[in-house]
Order: sequence, then C-alpha cells, then structure tokens
Amino acid sequence: MELSVERLSHGYGDVEVLSDIDLRIPQGRVLCIVGPSGCGKSTLLRLIGGLERPGRGAVMQIGQPPADCLNPLTFIFQDFALLPWRSVADNVSLVLEDHRLGRAARARIVADVLARTRLSDFAGALPRQLSGGMKQRVAIARALAVNPAVMLMDEPLSALDAQTRELLIDDLIALWTRQPFTAVYVTHNLSEAVRLGHEIVVLSRRPGRIRESVTIDTPLAERDMADAELERRQKHLWALMRDEARAADAELIDD
Amino acid sequence: MTEARAEPRKRPVPFRGGGFRPETRRGLGAVVLIGLLLVIEWGVAAGWISPLTLPRPSDVIATFGALHETGMLYAHLFPSLSRLFMGALIGVSAGIAVGFMIGLFTYARAGLVPLVAALFPVPKIALLPLFVIWFGIDEASKYALIAFGTFTPTVVATYGAVDNVDRTLIRMGQSFGLSWWSITRKIVLPGAMPGILSGLRISLAIGIILLVAAEMLGATHGVGAYILEAGSLYDLERLFAGVTILSVLGIIVSAGIGRIERRLLRWRV
Repeated sequence: MELSVERLSHGYGDVEVLSDIDLRIPQGRVLCIVGPSGCGKSTLLRLIGGLERPGRGAVMQIGQPPADCLNPLTFIFQDFALLPWRSVADNVSLVLEDHRLGRAARARIVADVLARTRLSDFAGALPRQLSGGMKQRVAIARALAVNPAVMLMDEPLSALDAQTRELLIDDLIALWTRQPFTAVYVTHNLSEAVRLGHEIVVLSRRPGRIRESVTIDTPLAERDMADAELERRQKHLWALMRDEARAADAELIDD
Repeated sequence: MTEARAEPRKRPVPFRGGGFRPETRRGLGAVVLIGLLLVIEWGVAAGWISPLTLPRPSDVIATFGALHETGMLYAHLFPSLSRLFMGALIGVSAGIAVGFMIGLFTYARAGLVPLVAALFPVPKIALLPLFVIWFGIDEASKYALIAFGTFTPTVVATYGAVDNVDRTLIRMGQSFGLSWWSITRKIVLPGAMPGILSGLRISLAIGIILLVAAEMLGATHGVGAYILEAGSLYDLERLFAGVTILSVLGIIVSAGIGRIERRLLRWRV
C-alpha cells in the first residue's frame, strides 16, 4: 500500500499552516519530513494519519493494506502515549483487544513484538518504572503489534537524550533491515533524517511548503555517523533550513 | 612580595532545600486525639471544665458500653448505615454517569452544566420537607435526600476529572482505531479515576451530614434520631456518643476510599 498527498493545504482560523503539499510515500521506504519548528510538519503527519480533516486537497490511499494488517496507519508519538495504569504487555495488548483475535493469538503477538524490541523481560513493568528510551520501545512494539502498512512517526526520538537516541536509531535500522516497513518520519533533527531517511523532504517555515526533496541511496544499514557523504548531505540540508529556522525562531507564537 | 597570601576562609554552602513534603507518620493522629481526650478528662475531673459544657470522655465510653449491651447501638447504627449506603449508591452512580456525559458530549455539557451549577448551592436539607411530600415519610425520602446531596459534588468532580484526562492518550486510542466504547472504558475511565475518587471523599462526607439531617426529621431509629433525642433531653454523654459514631463513620469512609485509591491508583508515581 502506498500513500499520496495531493495538493494539501491546511490552516487554523486565519493562519495557514500548510500550503500546497504534494508527496508520495512509496512502499518499503522511510520518508523523512524535516523543517523548522512550527512549520506544520506534525500537522501534516496528523493529516496523513486521518487524525485531522484537511482544509483543501486530500490524502489518498493507493492499493489495499496487507490482509493481516490490523491498523494500516499507525502512529508513534513523541511523548510515547502509554497508558500509565497498564503494564508493558497490557499496553501492547490494548491495541489488539478491539480485534477478533483469540486470547492465545493475542498473547502470541504481544510476546513476538516484545521479543523483537528486546522488552520480554519487562512485560510486567509499569511505564513509570521505565526510562524514556524503554518507553519509546514499548510504543514501537505496540505499533508493530498491529502490523501497520505505514508507520507515522512524530518526532519519536525528540524526548530522549542523545545516547538513547543513538541506540534507538540503531534499533529502528535493525527492525527495518529485518523487515522493511513504510514510514513517514517527522523530525527537526537532521542527523536522524540522514540516518533513517530514504527520502528527505524539507518544509519551509509557516505556511509549510515543500522546499526541496533529497534522496539518499546508501542502504540504511551501511550508514554510520562518520560517513562523509551523509555529512555533506546534512550540511546541505542545514544550509536549506538555517535561514528558515532563524526566521521561524524570531516569530511570535500567537500572532 | 614575601608576605604569604592569607588562605581564604572555607565554610560549607548553607543548606536551603528541603521541606514542603509532608510525610505520613503512622499513629500520630491517634496520639493527638487520645491526648485531647485525656486533657478533657483531666479538666472535667479537676473541675476547671464545667461538666455542663463537656461530658467526661470516660462517661461517654460508659454510655457506649450501655448502648452495646442493650443492643440499641445496632438498632440505631444499621438503619443509618443502610440509608447512607443506598442513598450514596444512587447519588454517586447517577453523578458519575451524568459527569461522564457532561465530560464527553457537547450537548450534555451545554445543557446540564448550568443546571448542576443551579442545584449545587441549594441546601439539600431545606428540601427535605419537599422530599417527604414526594417520596413519603419512609426510607425513600431519606434515600432521595442523601442521593441528591451526593449527586452534585460527584457530577462536578467527575466531569472535571474527565476534562483532565490526557488528550494525547485519547488521540493514541483513536489512531489505533479503538472503538468509542473502548476509549471511554479503557482510557477515559481509568484516567479520570483519581479525580472521581477525591470527589467521592467530599460526596460521602456530605452524605453523612445529610443522613443525620434526614434522621432528625421523621425517624425513630438511626444515629440522627438518637442525637436529636439526646440533645433535647440535654443528655451530653449520649449526644457525644452519637457524635462519636459519626466521626468514626467519617474516618472509616475516608480510610476505605484511601484503600481503594491505593489499590486502583498504584500506577501513579
């Protein structure tokens, strides 16, 4: 299944947040959306995921999601969005409970995704006992449990410290390499974008427009921090973004 | 340049943190209570408290003994407990249901919030004669009074608690395609539980106050009737015995809610 965003514009009241966005999200690839803060990249993701109604234009779904897919468009949130009163396993189980699965099938899926995210030992722990990185891994496990056609990741690593972020980038690359998934990955962090993105779309500041789209062909597993090519790409992206970011920084939030 | 430079004076940085975190000290409450009773006992015995103003705590305890032996304690206590239970059950369940509706539906909110605001400040005791006309002098009017009195604070606490449920969790539920009923039951209800339970403390205390008021009007048995009778006979020992029952009831209710909170809200930090 692929997604395509067609001439999408969106605003709140008089403020236009997104303007004329055209995007194609191809299967099995990670599309990164970067841009200065307040450029509407999270709004764009919510529109793609159907959590908001677009002002103009549309988000189209091309083809059918796989038969075993329980929730085609699945979010991973910046603040994890785990239920604090449910254990790790029950948080994952929550998103399966509305589907007609037997108790055994549900337990099997939960065990499988917890193993894939190396959380099996923490199945009974409550979210408040976990570090930020572990919480986000639970959220990733929960997203994997529904077998999504497209993962929509909204700054998933932004609430984490730098070391944890590196570890989770490695985890995401390992997960993708084992079983390629389709993802839209929103971030303001360029090094995450060049590590994880097959294609990187740069949005301008408000109203968000597509400024440039960059494709990186190096396979995800072969990218590392010292890669000169990635360094060059990242510098290029930063050059695109710097003035926008500076102007966005000087804007009043509620004008 | 031969003189040695004086060593700068060294002292620890003064501590400025700490405080603002009251902790629980088991049994201290009981010590305060018993200490106060001992002072009163001593005061009345020594004569610097007139026995007309306060009874001796030991006499009140003796009254309790007599109440227990004659079985009158239970003849008064059981009707009161069943009235409190029934009335609070009706009021609290209706209150939680209406509070959820106000918290979840636009029209319920727009239509019912002003109504609740209008009902809340009405002294429910003033309505007792009306309830007697509506529901009769029997149990029903007492249930109605307690139910009505616990209803409004429960509604206000519940919809406030529903409003405070983390919206990102609800978005998460929607993004995973959970049904409306699942989101309400598995995300909104547990998320609102802390607020509902703290509202319950207030509601049940109001319930106890109204229980006594209801029993003072048209009841032959019950703690309220017992206190009224003792008061009109100016029998201070029995009056205080009745008041003690109410205090103990309050402590038990509060401790019960505390226990429920510890059990249901274990997930909180």
